Amino acid sequence: MTATIEPRSAEVDDTDADGGTSFMAATRLVAEREVKTFLRSKGFWIGLGVIVAGLFAAAILPSVFGGGQPSVAAVGPEVTRALAGSELEVREVADRAAAEELLREEEVEAAVVADTTGQSPTGVRVLALSDPPTDVMAQLGTSPPVDLLDAADVSQGERQLVIMVFSLMFLIFAMGGAAIAQSTVTEKQTRIVEILVSTVPVRALLTGKIVGHTLLTLGQVVVLAVAAPIALSVGGQTELLRVIAPALGWFVPFLVLGFVLLAAMWAVAGSLVSRQEDLGSSMSLVMILALGPYFAVMFFSDNATVMNVLSYVPFSSAIAMPVRMFSQEAEPWEALLSMGLLAGSLALIVLLASRLYAGSLLQTGGKVALSKAWTAAD
Amino acid sequence: MLTVTTISRSFGDHRVLDDVSFDVRPGRMTGFLGANGAGKTTTMRIILGVLAAQGGTVTWHGKPVTQPLRQRFGYMPEERGLYPKMKVGEQIAWFGRLHGLSQAKAKRNTERLLEQLDLAQRANDNLEELSLGNQQRAQVAAALVHDPALLILDEPFSGLDPIAVDTVLRVLRERAADGVPVLFSSHQLALVERLCDDLVIISGGRIAASGGREELRERYGSKRWELVVDSDAGWLRDIPGIRVVSLDGPKAVFELAEHTGSADGERTDQRVLRAALERGEVRGFTPVVPSLDEIFKEAI
Repeated sequence: MTATIEPRSAEVDDTDADGGTSFMAATRLVAEREVKTFLRSKGFWIGLGVIVAGLFAAAILPSVFGGGQPSVAAVGPEVTRALAGSELEVREVADRAAAEELLREEEVEAAVVADTTGQSPTGVRVLALSDPPTDVMAQLGTSPPVDLLDAADVSQGERQLVIMVFSLMFLIFAMGGAAIAQSTVTEKQTRIVEILVSTVPVRALLTGKIVGHTLLTLGQVVVLAVAAPIALSVGGQTELLRVIAPALGWFVPFLVLGFVLLAAMWAVAGSLVSRQEDLGSSMSLVMILALGPYFAVMFFSDNATVMNVLSYVPFSSAIAMPVRMFSQEAEPWEALLSMGLLAGSLALIVLLASRLYAGSLLQTGGKVALSKAWTAAD
Repeated sequence: MLTVTTISRSFGDHRVLDDVSFDVRPGRMTGFLGANGAGKTTTMRIILGVLAAQGGTVTWHGKPVTQPLRQRFGYMPEERGLYPKMKVGEQIAWFGRLHGLSQAKAKRNTERLLEQLDLAQRANDNLEELSLGNQQRAQVAAALVHDPALLILDEPFSGLDPIAVDTVLRVLRERAADGVPVLFSSHQLALVERLCDDLVIISGGRIAASGGREELRERYGSKRWELVVDSDAGWLRDIPGIRVVSLDGPKAVFELAEHTGSADGERTDQRVLRAALERGEVRGFTPVVPSLDEIFKEAI
């Protein structure tokens, strides 16, 4: 280790000062600067604006282009006649089996069949896949009894949606961590790093950067959390919100831990090179680690075994475990275990990263080899 | 006082510093002279803890220099740079706080410094919008904002126009007058000659000479006098104990062959003066002060 990161001596120097900067204070100042700089950059707001706009587009456009009429399958001409006059897109089918098939293929939202038990005041029953189709029911006046084909707690569609939303959010924020690499290279390129290192411990620099960018990420999550209900209610899709909300409880802590894990690696990627132009070469590994979980979960979401494994691997667990919790495929202890694994590897990576960061920060010229960064810290 | 004692440093097989020792005294401007690659920047980086020494110590008032102490030092690295997209005033205040100032004090000091360095009207501009000379002034401000107990400046005047040199110099002198030891490196000898009280000359990683400027002049400067008389001064060639360096009609420069006086105890220079007066009017008789350039060449 260089002399700059030796433990602070308790000894106070002999000249008067405003107390000196503690590790915590230095970390806070570094974090504060990162946050301020990013809040002022156009790129940050454009990025956030694009995400929010995308959110609104995704929520509103389907109802604009989708025609808004829920489609139902009607079994037999009598039922079709009964549904005439309602604002439903009715597809008449010959029997109940055909209706069920359409349901399972998600061609229709519900099927309406004649009631043979006499329970229904309107003489029809409603068949649905996994949830009572509220928009269809609203058109039927007096609510008929509902039979669910697939009484799972979570529908396949809802699960897909959660996977997509979580993966996308993870991807956006994981890639956003690249800003840490950029800010580190800026400091190396301009040699500010010499002043910084001579003033505060290297670990405070690294910690400050991670804390600052984690706060920025959390801030964006909050903005999205506020914007999402608005967007969904504007688009008339409050139903989706109800679906996703309970899953967020697990997702947010996983997302934050996953972000910090990648943040430490982004910082090292930045410290290895001396110029913005060279950043691409050192970022590729982190890029893979950020993109990997997204693609892995998207591709293997139907494969229970792979999802099981993914939900424990530190990088992909940030998406896979909350998804499994959402679809009730995993017990809370599994989520806690996975979170523990994530936190453990986080601690390990941060330790490794701070050594590599310290070892490479002051080396200029070409790209610093990891092994050289490791030994330089001695 | 900052004391550097026998520090050494190698990069691979290349020994960059070899048993380097010197002092930087309070209230003095100490010039750190050396050719490119002599080890100036490496020495400064070691003092600031940016680089670790391999052997040797750096002490401040007798105590080893540690991180909290170092935080009170002001450093201007050779390769300049501040955050390009941060406002000048805000940035300097931020560095002040990083060095342990309170927010209010950092702000006060920043305003005062920008005023002194003629940068006040640029405080709200991003650093990258400033000219290179002004960026350099901002860099000086960043090194001074926390009222450092010691100043280490690597080539502080390179890239500055003469007016900026005077501005920066005034600010540095002020600090030195307040009792702050100032160590600055340069290869512009004429400038250093004008500025420094003490000198440290480094060559090939070793200290070639160090001490007060006058003391070094005494030690390394040759003893030369310039004599101006009314008529031709050619007779000088016949005076024993001196060597004529140049002769141009009534104007001659000579140096003493020996540093001490002649056998009868009379100093040779006085003997020459007497001889000149015996021959007619003497218009000028002045010791020639050796330039730093000469001292430098002599020392290394």
